Amino acid sequence: MEQLYTQWKPILSSGGDLSFWQEFFVKFYQAFIEGDRWLQYIKGVGTTLYVTAMALILGVILGVIVAVVRTAHDQQRPGHHNPILGVINAIFKVYVTVIRGTPMMVQLLIMGFVIFASSKNFSLVGGLTLGINSGAYVSEIIRGGLMAVDGGQMEAGRSLGMNYADTMRFVVIPQAIKAILPALGNEFIVLLKDTSLISVIGGKELLYAARGVVSRTYEAMYPFLGTAFIYLVLVMAFTWLLGKLERRLRQSDRR
Amino acid sequence: MIDVKDLHKSFGDTEVLKGINEHVNRGEKVVVIGPSGSGKSTFLRCLNLLETPTSGEIIFDGVSMTDPKTDINKMRQKMGMVFQHFNLFNNLNIMDNMTLAPVRTKLMTKAQAQEEAIMLLKRVGLEDKAYAYPAQLSGGQKQRIAIVRGLAMHPEVMLFDEPTSALDPEMVGEVLEVMRKLADDGMTMVVVTHEMGFAREVANRVLFMDAGEVIEQGTPEEIFGNPQNPRTQSFLSKVL
Repeated sequence: MEQLYTQWKPILSSGGDLSFWQEFFVKFYQAFIEGDRWLQYIKGVGTTLYVTAMALILGVILGVIVAVVRTAHDQQRPGHHNPILGVINAIFKVYVTVIRGTPMMVQLLIMGFVIFASSKNFSLVGGLTLGINSGAYVSEIIRGGLMAVDGGQMEAGRSLGMNYADTMRFVVIPQAIKAILPALGNEFIVLLKDTSLISVIGGKELLYAARGVVSRTYEAMYPFLGTAFIYLVLVMAFTWLLGKLERRLRQSDRR
Repeated sequence: MIDVKDLHKSFGDTEVLKGINEHVNRGEKVVVIGPSGSGKSTFLRCLNLLETPTSGEIIFDGVSMTDPKTDINKMRQKMGMVFQHFNLFNNLNIMDNMTLAPVRTKLMTKAQAQEEAIMLLKRVGLEDKAYAYPAQLSGGQKQRIAIVRGLAMHPEVMLFDEPTSALDPEMVGEVLEVMRKLADDGMTMVVVTHEMGFAREVANRVLFMDAGEVIEQGTPEEIFGNPQNPRTQSFLSKVL
């Protein structure tokens, strides 16, 4: 293979005549194999997955907390308003408004070059930013799910003497999660693809690796097409996993 | 046992309960009847504070339910409630439906609660459904389980909010049968229902409500046999 590459490469660069397959081979070899470049892509995918996992976990935790607090605030009995809950609710509303109201790219630049300007751990800063961003969207999805669960479920739990938190935890939230799984899946897929943005603050993820190869070889098509293909495979794997989870959660719907 | 003093409830500008004074004795079976929109369900839901009264007081076992300092969760453990739409926890199987509350409120250990659940399920002939999910059951089965789920907490009173209204006619009987047995066992019951036959047979006292007030009350014989108020008469003439 290497022989063929060294043989054909000069012909291609001097404008010589190569068949379509020969040209494909040379460019593919140059984009992925020469100098073990595939290792860079693999490392890039590693960072992408690491950042995605971190952002996903952070986003879900933030999202659940924000959604539960905001729902609890809205569901208080008339005349029993808890002032602390009111303050936290107001803070969370500002959080959701600010995050949803500004572009992700701007948030990344602010986090990377203003707030954490001295940090060299770009993946961590990127994951943190994406997680905080995702939390705002996830919280609204979960809030929708919580509101969609039949009010009778909460009433039944409370009428048995369980407190609000237990009823939420064991009855309402599990049902809400099941209902919003497709919407959450959407959000997670967007999140996975948005990790490509962290290259603007120096995060060495998949797209960063591809751009490195492009700048070395002056050949854009194969690295970028390859990157697109890898993202597609990742998303498809993710979708498959979500489908499995959905089927498991649907256990209680069996008839 | 339950004392209701001048109970008022408004939703926005509509006053649904216009001053109710009632007393439920231990072991008594009170059946509340009346046209829809008369406030009977709201009255029942005020008893365990699923609806917060606008004014007035509810005293249960000598403790004011409406006092903000009262631990409402503790009080509700002693008041079972059965809903029109069953409200079984859809994400849990029947066993978990029945053991969740006793275990989480530390009334029983998991093993005790499970033993109790099996015993109660046997009582309603549904022990083979212990590991089924609510979606796999018929309406009548769901409601029978909702009743024993309430009983698993060893309540002192059971509140029934139109327990048979959402059932197919052929399933009404099996649910009423369970309620009848419960009444025979001496449980204190407050039942909102349109089942006049059940009211006649089981009630110690029938309350007729209309437009947010208790218009007339008495034994089933008095209410069904010889109603005094014209509104009671016109309601009964339509439903009997």
